[in-house]
Amino acid sequence: MVRDVAFGQYFSGKSFIHRLDPRAKILLLIAFLVIIFCAFNYFSLLIVTIFTVLCVAFSGVSPKFYFKSLKVIVFIVIITSVLNLFYGTGEPLWQWSIFKITANGINRALFVTVRIICLIIASSCLTFTTSPTELTDAIERLMKPLNKIHFPVHEIAMMMSLALRFVPTLLEETDKIMAAQKARGADMDSGNLVKRAKALIPILIPLFVSAFRRAYDIATAMECRCYRGGSGRTKMKTVHMSMRDGAACILTTLMIIGVIVCNLIFTAVI
Amino acid sequence: MSSILELKNLSFVYGLKTPFEKKAVDNVSLTINRGEFIGVIGHTGSGKSTLVQMLNGLIKPTDGQVLFDGEDIWKNPKDIRKIRFKVGMVFQYPEYQLFEETVYKDIAFGPLNMGKNADEIDNAVRRAAEFTGLGLNLLQKSPFELSGGEKRRAAIAGVIAMDPEVLVLDEPTAGLDPVGRDVLLSQIVQYHKNRSNTVILVSHSMEDIARVADKIIVMNKSHLVMFDKTREVFSRGRDLEKIGLRVPQVTKIMLELKEQGFELPDSVLTVDEAFSALSDLLKKEGKIW
Repeated sequence: MVRDVAFGQYFSGKSFIHRLDPRAKILLLIAFLVIIFCAFNYFSLLIVTIFTVLCVAFSGVSPKFYFKSLKVIVFIVIITSVLNLFYGTGEPLWQWSIFKITANGINRALFVTVRIICLIIASSCLTFTTSPTELTDAIERLMKPLNKIHFPVHEIAMMMSLALRFVPTLLEETDKIMAAQKARGADMDSGNLVKRAKALIPILIPLFVSAFRRAYDIATAMECRCYRGGSGRTKMKTVHMSMRDGAACILTTLMIIGVIVCNLIFTAVI
Repeated sequence: MSSILELKNLSFVYGLKTPFEKKAVDNVSLTINRGEFIGVIGHTGSGKSTLVQMLNGLIKPTDGQVLFDGEDIWKNPKDIRKIRFKVGMVFQYPEYQLFEETVYKDIAFGPLNMGKNADEIDNAVRRAAEFTGLGLNLLQKSPFELSGGEKRRAAIAGVIAMDPEVLVLDEPTAGLDPVGRDVLLSQIVQYHKNRSNTVILVSHSMEDIARVADKIIVMNKSHLVMFDKTREVFSRGRDLEKIGLRVPQVTKIMLELKEQGFELPDSVLTVDEAFSALSDLLKKEGKIW
């Protein structure tokens, strides 16, 4: 079921990447995601790949789980790479009516495959090693400057962490409600689209009702603990940049320089 | 008595072939006869909820068989819905499954899925409401306007309306006030008497089980440890305590008195029984006349 998906799961641990400042992790991830799409030849692509492998190695999470998170996007990878395969420019190596494969097309397909895989693995590396609370905290800190233009940063971050916290709860609830309605003979696996959509009503309505109930409950519980929004609120865990984060920044910068240098030295293949 | 449900070497493993693999039910075999009132007890996580969900095919066993009327319920997986109408299942906190505009429509959901006609449905809804003590004036209300206890009744009525041959209830009294518990429990007993069909009750309350069940299934760590007449099971109070369960308070007192050397019957299930047993004893010893 939905819960088997490893993508977005958190594995607690004490690895190098686990102990990085979550803010640094987010910023470095963004930098890396940009640079993935700036690799235009095989040498820079190799550097990107090596960096991804290093991320996996330093995260202390079994590669098994990274493969699992890749499972979800296998289809996207196949479709985009096949499309790219036929969209290349230049001399065709093989042609059949309007379909032609060129050397450029093969390169493109390979690049897009490696890029998407690196992208997913690097993002998984962030979610695998950073708890949802750390993540929303970091986002809140990073978006703090937006407060100046009256953007409700704290409220958005609070909503995000509450939403994340309720994902597993609501999944469990869905399972229970589904079982209860199935026990009353609800038929969800047959019939046409309209019939199937209608079959969802007995599940969605109780789910919404319970989501609202839980929202009221949590609002009351927060008020009971004197929650009154973000202003003047201190944090139980404050994060500090350390030597470790510096090292990670240097490594990432080296990788970026490597990619840029390779791009300059060698000719682009796509 | 003929058997209605037969479990043969039934096992269920959660998350088969994953690192989170966990055995929930391990090799359970037993036979439930038509018309019996069965209690199911066990510690939290002992596998009792998984066990009862296999009875109507909500969970497919990883090993073994469930026979209903002598036939494997998974013989034809497409027909599994029919089994769900024959083995009605009331989950914990069933009020969370209510969804229709009116209580009437909600109770009618099951019979409607069975493909009954309007008259039959009307009949079934009214009978079910009556059985659960739900006033007919509530039927046209929205289920979300009802009180907690009424919602529970409406949800149970939704299952009873399908007129199942076996009714499974998973902790039907959890979260109700003491009066609500007693009333609901006696209504279930009444229902069992009137329709003389099979009832399987999962409960944490030994007092409730002692009062109503003919036989008890005891689960511990995914294994079936006892399946016997209520009196026999509760006479083994020490064994039950070993697996973290207890016997009804009055049964425990009587067991301890017996261990002190008083001549008392093996297991006493209710306060009334205890009273008569003790007065018999006192009479015999000449303390009262």
